[in-house]
Amino acid sequence: MKRSQLAETHTLAVLVENKAGVLARVAGLFARRGFNIESLAVAPTNETLSRITIVVDAESAPIDQIKKQLDKLINVVDIQELDGEHSALREMVLVRLDVEDESRVVEVEELVAGFSGSVIRVGGTQMMISLSSRPNDLDDFLGKLQPFGVQELQRTGAIAIPGIE
Amino acid sequence: MQMDGGQALLKALEYEGVEVVFGYPGGAILPVYDSVLDAGLRHVLVRHEQGAGHMASGYAHATGKPGVVMVTSGPAATNIVTPLADAYLDSVPMVAITGQVPYGLIGTDAFQETDTTGITMSITKHNYLVSDPNDIPQIVHEAFHIATHGRPGPVLIDLPKNITDAMNPDSAMTWKDPVAVDLPGFQPVLDGKPEDITAAVELMLQASRPVIYAGGGILKSRAAAELRALAEKLNIPVVTTLMARGALPDSHELNLGMPGMHGNYTAVMAMQESDLLIALGSRFDDRVTGRLDGFAPDAKVIHVDIDPAELNKIRAADVAIRGDAKNVITAMLDEIGSATAVDHNEWRSKLSGWQEVYPLAYEPAEPGGKLKPQMVLERLRDGSPEDTIVASGVGQHQMWASQYWKFDHAYTWLNSGGLGTMGYSIPAAIGAKAGMPDRTVWAVDGDGCFQMTCQELITAAVENIPIKVALLNNSYLGMVRQWQEMFYDNRYSEVDLSGPVPDYIKLSEAMGCVAIRVEDPDEVEAAIEKANSINDRPVVVEFVTESEENVYPMVPGGKSNSDVVVPPFQEKMAARLEDER
Repeated sequence: MKRSQLAETHTLAVLVENKAGVLARVAGLFARRGFNIESLAVAPTNETLSRITIVVDAESAPIDQIKKQLDKLINVVDIQELDGEHSALREMVLVRLDVEDESRVVEVEELVAGFSGSVIRVGGTQMMISLSSRPNDLDDFLGKLQPFGVQELQRTGAIAIPGIE
Repeated sequence: MQMDGGQALLKALEYEGVEVVFGYPGGAILPVYDSVLDAGLRHVLVRHEQGAGHMASGYAHATGKPGVVMVTSGPAATNIVTPLADAYLDSVPMVAITGQVPYGLIGTDAFQETDTTGITMSITKHNYLVSDPNDIPQIVHEAFHIATHGRPGPVLIDLPKNITDAMNPDSAMTWKDPVAVDLPGFQPVLDGKPEDITAAVELMLQASRPVIYAGGGILKSRAAAELRALAEKLNIPVVTTLMARGALPDSHELNLGMPGMHGNYTAVMAMQESDLLIALGSRFDDRVTGRLDGFAPDAKVIHVDIDPAELNKIRAADVAIRGDAKNVITAMLDEIGSATAVDHNEWRSKLSGWQEVYPLAYEPAEPGGKLKPQMVLERLRDGSPEDTIVASGVGQHQMWASQYWKFDHAYTWLNSGGLGTMGYSIPAAIGAKAGMPDRTVWAVDGDGCFQMTCQELITAAVENIPIKVALLNNSYLGMVRQWQEMFYDNRYSEVDLSGPVPDYIKLSEAMGCVAIRVEDPDEVEAAIEKANSINDRPVVVEFVTESEENVYPMVPGGKSNSDVVVPPFQEKMAARLEDER
């Protein structure tokens, strides 16, 4: 299923203390309370804080309850629910293709350029490609790429930050 | 000041004002125990780590001070999982110290290694794995802060052996007094929003059938006086949940008693028919609400809780107030000022009508019949000091104790409400008695519960913590048997505990207790009197009771509270009363 076609989701930007086990606490809370994580991305933002972007399936539990339970974790400093209009939200995908015919490499290169992605490496008929964009653009891109012989692909979870009012 | 991590831990506990630690030594916590010898606090050596956990919990509830439990790694840490889960569900402030294998061995499946912080993550408010002994003073300070602020609960500190062991250079540390706690992710909100207080008071003044639904949060926030003032000011009847027994004296005319699955008829029906539920520190537990879509269908809801996650979790509130019960009720009283509520006389007379027709009641024993457990509890209540602390196990005896005791003081009722932990009563009573040595402390226990944790009576005897145990021996796992009788067509499966073993008298005596067996109704009072006169050792009074007595009233599981079942004899009585009218 395409991610952008999933039932209603909410995106939470969660600021946590950069301490051992924080991710386990967050993931454990979701598991224990029956909240479904659609995607999750985490990395430090500075020495003391990390930012986690969690996309949650809003049908698994009321978003209000998810936020309140998250907020009870001592290491969670701030939670913001992001709306799609103002915030910036991106996902990235890495794809390896085997186009089987060198003449098709150019076609793929054009497709990638059209989405402002990049071709990381080409070796014979094999190609490695990356694209960072909005999730539905990624869906669209991957759909168009499918006929070219996708061998492996890895999508990240969404990362997001609150936007400009 | 230079010291090792083990010394630092004890110094940190002293710094937090800890007077008693309930614990059990072992491999990974050995170095800490070396420091226990020199510490200025009491250590109570238990017989099983689970006992230590419940003792810390009982101590905390009775005294209002956080309880401390200390055990080693591995099986000892897993043995306190139950008391931690218990304290978490009942919001009891506790700090647990566990030993851990040396830091460098973590993850290698070392001897007595368990992932203690991982295991306890979902049953503690927070936990710590300490890697640097210099962090001990601050972490201990934070742990006590977290355990006792906001919604109370247990906090665990896991201490690898290398940082506490004087023989290991990793343990060297420089003591520094902790600094004020600064936790950006833990900022409890105590005061309700003024506009919400105003909205709540408006509803309260207008309601014609209001009920205050007082929960354990009233006791945690030490708001019994404020609760009483609010109830009296607006003449609003109060139900006190299983966790709130004693929050308003049972002798108070506005107290309707316990609601819920085994609540009394009036308390249950008052909530059902109310037009305004004022939930103060209560959480709409399924044992209180029964089938949710049939619960208090006409009631608007004011919900006050310090834990915002409780608000709108189960039942949507018309006015949800995040705050400490004491602060919020005080603000409500200010807001009410000299305003008066609409007249509740009609409502009150409806309630007293129910109280007349459906009082808590049981059929007295036939002549020559076995003791009725309810009668035993009434005699025990009447024969013990008014401020006696009662700790109960889980099952029928728990419900009867909550129903038939008259709690006129806060913090005199200890039980495992949320988790329903069998075996809670004896260790909890020991913890309470250790904290309140001048009070009479009775554990009300069943024969099933007794066999789970009775070994702690050895602790009570050896440590000179003279609790008393009323063992209601009906030779069954009574509550399970009752459900099998009512809902499984009398098919009794694995509930028979009838002897001939154990002999509770011999067992109790072997553990250093005075033991008395009572089978004759005429001996009940004398036995209680004797037990209450013994203060130099624990006492066990075994009351051999009616085996197939059921707890009534009862809302069957999954049913609406409106389907509350009263005892069969009362049903007939009520029908006769109806006819006479």
